[in-house]
Amino acid sequence: MAAFLLRRTLQTLPILLAVALLIFLLFSVIPGTFASSMSDDGRSVIDAQVMERMNKEFGFNDPVHVRFGKYVAQLAQLDLGMSFRTRQPVAKVLAERMWPTFILTLASMIFAIAIGVPLGFIAALRPGSWVDTVSMVGAVSGLSLPKFWLGLMLMYLFALVLGWLPSFGYGDGGLRYLILPSIALGVAPLALLARTTRAAVLEIMNADFVRTARSKGMSERKVVQWHLARNALVIVLTTIGLQFGTVIGQAVVVEKLFAWPGLGSLLVDSVTLRDIPVVQGAILLIVLSFLVINTLVDVLCAIIDPRIKYS
Amino acid sequence: MTAQPLLEVQNLRIDLAIGNARFPAVQDVSFTIEKGETLGLVGESGCGKSITALALIGLLRPPLSLAGGTIRFNGKDIQNLSSAEMRKLRGNRISMIFQEPMTALNPLSPVGRQIAEMFVLHKGATWKEAERHAIEALASVRVPAPDRRVKDYPHQLSGGMRQRVMIAIALACGPDLLLADEPTTALDVTVQAEILDLIRELSAAKGTAVLMISHDLGLIANMCRRVGVMYAGRIVEHRAAEDIFRTPSHPYTKGLVASLPLLGARAQHGQKRLQEIEGVVPPVADFPVGCRFNPRCYAATDVCHVDDPAVTELRHGGYVRCHHHD
Repeated sequence: MAAFLLRRTLQTLPILLAVALLIFLLFSVIPGTFASSMSDDGRSVIDAQVMERMNKEFGFNDPVHVRFGKYVAQLAQLDLGMSFRTRQPVAKVLAERMWPTFILTLASMIFAIAIGVPLGFIAALRPGSWVDTVSMVGAVSGLSLPKFWLGLMLMYLFALVLGWLPSFGYGDGGLRYLILPSIALGVAPLALLARTTRAAVLEIMNADFVRTARSKGMSERKVVQWHLARNALVIVLTTIGLQFGTVIGQAVVVEKLFAWPGLGSLLVDSVTLRDIPVVQGAILLIVLSFLVINTLVDVLCAIIDPRIKYS
Repeated sequence: MTAQPLLEVQNLRIDLAIGNARFPAVQDVSFTIEKGETLGLVGESGCGKSITALALIGLLRPPLSLAGGTIRFNGKDIQNLSSAEMRKLRGNRISMIFQEPMTALNPLSPVGRQIAEMFVLHKGATWKEAERHAIEALASVRVPAPDRRVKDYPHQLSGGMRQRVMIAIALACGPDLLLADEPTTALDVTVQAEILDLIRELSAAKGTAVLMISHDLGLIANMCRRVGVMYAGRIVEHRAAEDIFRTPSHPYTKGLVASLPLLGARAQHGQKRLQEIEGVVPPVADFPVGCRFNPRCYAATDVCHVDDPAVTELRHGGYVRCHHHD
């Protein structure tokens, strides 16, 4: 177990390096720098000399591999660098924005799991019933709804028409502010989880050991409780782990829409401003959390399924 | 022999639904099993022997369904029992062993727990008592160190050991009838013999009747006094095991007997060493008109392509379903 965790930790290092390199290459290909982004919108004109000085100061004149080398050396000392914009350490900027994103993704995944998994189960236990038909049609629609549209509709209905919930913002960080964005973000994973759960249960329903369980003379309820549920759980857990990653990625859109002060909106703003250290840091953090969550899922699966070895 | 047989199957019919059409996968199958007797059912893959067993234990699932006939168990018709009543029989009075010990056990549950379920379900035992019974059950199927093995998961056991666990589960409640569906097909030859001995010995000790299903005529003859030969959803010949070998009557049975590998005289005759029956079992939706064996039969004449042969009683007991039987 300890060896497994150590190995997984070591495996994350090359992944993080590769991600860092990818971002570096991307930003060396796309036009514009932090300095130019400040003047390009036409609001402030920057003197050519100032721009030259900034480029020099931020090291934009160095070739990519030199900059990358410097960045990796920094990372090795657990230093994410300084934000170009605010001149604050990136770690501090991220720390401020991490919590809202964490809360948002967690809330939307809880929403998705709490409804999607039971729905998939019920649909699979009564294939062809109205529950099955309605939930699966709903699941396809849920997967294909654009998040920004769904978010706008939620705002319109619950904030504008009914006036039950605030339309956007973080407010005091209370639950009222969390509900709409987590629904907007959670509908897609809910739909996917419902479908995955249904497929998993249906597949296991035809497994030989379920037939054995029936041949023992147990009721369908006990067949599900004693034999089917755990087996389905392993498949569902893996999907949940992967969905966490997708949701963190999609949080960008929802956070921007709901003016949610999380990593996603920070990322979008920082990309427009070419605030590369913040972009780097934010993406690395997102990738890292994705890896941590999936390691956690692997450990959980191994606890449930004795056939999975930590090797 | 008691007056009333343990199991009486009459004109069993099982339908396979394909789209809106229904085809008889099993038709006119009748047989009886006396208390404590072992009856063999032999036939190729797809002849309907496994689904016959599933019908007896009430586990047919769509697209298969029971479409007719009666199943009389201990003097009581069970084909129309409610699912709750059937559950009391299933596992308790009638139990089943399946072909694939690799997949027949829940991979996420310790084998002891899977045996213990039987005592909780049918004997009203607490889990604690049931776990203790499970150790005894494992010991009875001669699994070494049963007190430690109960905690093992199926993947930690060999195929033979898993089949022993299946036998322990099936015989846990001392059933009247054990349906053994190709119990040794997936196992090594040496393990096969051990498993068969175990089934024979334990069923004899508990007075359990066995329906032994196999494609292996040699195995069936070894285990059973009477044998039914199935082809394309029908029993085409039903006789004492030794008669089947000595004087097979149906051309299909003759083919089966001839296809058995023999040591000795015939083994030396070059290409003639192993006989085969040309062709394959037709799919259920494509059963031929007349006798269902006619496309593969060496003795087929015009009548075989028109008329479905009726059952003919044989002089020395048993029956055959053929226009040209010996």
